[in-house]
Amino acid sequence: MVLSNSPAAATRPARSGGSTLRKLAPYLFLGPFLLLFIAFIIAPLVYAFYISLYRDTLVGGRQFAGAASYIKVMGDAKFWGGVWNLVLFGTVQMPIMLGLALLFAIVLDRGQVYAKGLFRLGFFLPYAVPSVIATIIWGYLYGPTFGPFTQMAKAFNLPPPDFLSPGAMIFSLANIVTWEYVGYNMVIYYAALKAIPSDLAEAARVEGASPWQFARLIQLPLLWPAILLTIIFSINGTLQLFNEPYLMRFLARNTVNSSYTPNLYAYSLATSNQQYGYAAAVSFVLGIVIASASYIFTLITNRRRPEQ
Amino acid sequence: MTKIFSPLGRTMQRRDFLKVAGASAAVAALPAAVRGAEPVKVLLWSWVPDLQLQVDMFNAAHPGIKIELVNAGQGDPEYQAVRAGLQAGSGLPDVVQIEYQHLESFRQLDAFADMGQYANAHKAAFPEATWKQVAKGDVVNAMPQDTGPMAMLYRKDIFDKHGITPPTTWAEFADAAKKVHAADPNVFITDALFSSGDWVTALLWPMGWKPVSRDGDKLVININDKIAKDFAAYWQELITAGVIETKPGFNNEWYSGLDTGRYATWLTAGWGPVFLTSFAKTSAGQWRAADLPQWDTSKFATGNWGGSSLAVMKATQHLPEAAEVAIWLCTDPEATKLYTTKQFFFPCTSALLSSPEWAGNKMDFYGGQAVNEVFAKSANAVTPFEWSPFQSFLYQSMSDEFGASIGGKGTLSDAFDRIQDAVVTYAKEQGFTVA
Repeated sequence: MVLSNSPAAATRPARSGGSTLRKLAPYLFLGPFLLLFIAFIIAPLVYAFYISLYRDTLVGGRQFAGAASYIKVMGDAKFWGGVWNLVLFGTVQMPIMLGLALLFAIVLDRGQVYAKGLFRLGFFLPYAVPSVIATIIWGYLYGPTFGPFTQMAKAFNLPPPDFLSPGAMIFSLANIVTWEYVGYNMVIYYAALKAIPSDLAEAARVEGASPWQFARLIQLPLLWPAILLTIIFSINGTLQLFNEPYLMRFLARNTVNSSYTPNLYAYSLATSNQQYGYAAAVSFVLGIVIASASYIFTLITNRRRPEQ
Repeated sequence: MTKIFSPLGRTMQRRDFLKVAGASAAVAALPAAVRGAEPVKVLLWSWVPDLQLQVDMFNAAHPGIKIELVNAGQGDPEYQAVRAGLQAGSGLPDVVQIEYQHLESFRQLDAFADMGQYANAHKAAFPEATWKQVAKGDVVNAMPQDTGPMAMLYRKDIFDKHGITPPTTWAEFADAAKKVHAADPNVFITDALFSSGDWVTALLWPMGWKPVSRDGDKLVININDKIAKDFAAYWQELITAGVIETKPGFNNEWYSGLDTGRYATWLTAGWGPVFLTSFAKTSAGQWRAADLPQWDTSKFATGNWGGSSLAVMKATQHLPEAAEVAIWLCTDPEATKLYTTKQFFFPCTSALLSSPEWAGNKMDFYGGQAVNEVFAKSANAVTPFEWSPFQSFLYQSMSDEFGASIGGKGTLSDAFDRIQDAVVTYAKEQGFTVA
């Protein structure tokens, strides 16, 4: 839905007809994917929706509840508190992450960087580290008593930073997520930059454009579809944040509670609370929030750049 | 809880079985062997490491029964699987490992069989408080496998350095807390694990705290009673004075804190002494054990933290055999002794608790002190306690609300009020009548 609106899709050449086999071929290729997609995405979704219409209670068991759970989510301060946490998180973290990714991509795309391959790999490497491992590593670094930052601060007689305090936690998490995903976004930008025809660069040079002008007037507009794509991805990823806060709970249970993010909340509802129906409803409302946020974002950006 | 077998309905076989259950393994194997050549398969879910050793012993001694051991996850993951099985009505084991605090939650789901007819004969083999964790009157749902009576591990060197004698009362503990931190700002008497609802419960336990109890069909919810408020006031004073820490336990910071002398004591359970030796390498030899500080020295009372039981599922098709598995794995002298030497469990049976070999074991890590004696004394002083039928929710509320208070949102006393409200709301939503 979102992608078909993007300019990238519009530039794809339209295919005209062919033999029957040719028409069937895409579906054959899609077959394995569709099978898994139905088994592991569609079927669980349908089942979760079915469950969300019921209410599980310890006394009385499962009863049909209709939309009651959905109505309850609308007024659930814990759910919206979690969403609000992530809105704050996203407004700080997304621009920093995507800005850094863009900067690294443009710098790497310039010819005059030594050990370009090494840097490209270095920036991308954190993405290859599973987020669970990444959070454990950062959790060690953040250690308020024995972590290296604390030790360094002590060595210089400075007050040690408390990365796990209620005020700092959201930034500490943002830092982990930024570290993890800068490289991923950089690769998307880098690929888009490589797709810019070299005659444009030549023309710009002949016309006497400075590197800054070239980046701002040529590269950025041509990167716009890729940037839109990464923003949509980031909105999706941010609102589904789970691994990082879940693991941080073991280090900072006093800061990260069971409803710190909406996904953490849904998880707690299904496990500790045994409220399976309500957990499913919370997940669906979160899905609606994410879809709406992505849709509103595309609407705004489409309106702003009508001629592209 | 429904009784599955009425006394009149018992068959000859079962009576035979009852007579010999608990006798020597070879005799216990007889009835099953008499029944037929094909051994009865009993599916056992447990996360106890190396349990296969005891399972092999059982299988060798019981030709008529064969245990199939499956590790379905430790704690919550296993409980998820059990709950899913209960909902689906299939895929359940015959015997399942359950921590004591969750037995009542699974009773609420009608998960267990009553194996009282087989198990009650073993009542005397365990301390009273331990038995009361698994039995309600004559109805027995599980057998105790290991426990965690509370005591105090402390650093003798730190106490000696600051001229502190190990506190025997909580008042002395508070004085020691202030004294040790005043003498060295990098030392705290303890890290109070308020993020762990089970740790807090273990300390409220001997005070007679009854957070959620049953009165007939009704639930009585008294989470923020006088006992809780006294407890909260005590610890709040130490928190406000800044003489204790309140960081979550069981992470690297905490391990280092215990090992490097940041914390002078660890208020812990019977499984604590061996666990501590696994990570506190540099402070080996400096640790000692002492009784849990007391509120009222006239009646020595302690609580329990951790440990688990083997419960028999209602869904089992082989109740006598399943009961025999649970009973044997928790009472056989050789098998239970092996828990203390291989798995390093804190034992449940009175026989092991008083055995010179186990209780008198002098450990170098504790400067040659027989620390097990301290914890064995505690095991016999654990008072009865009633668990809620939704213990995971209660623990989570405790973690969330204590955490919020420590993070600046009110006091511990306010946290108890908030937990009370959350639990009452939840209990009503779950269909309970709250008295």
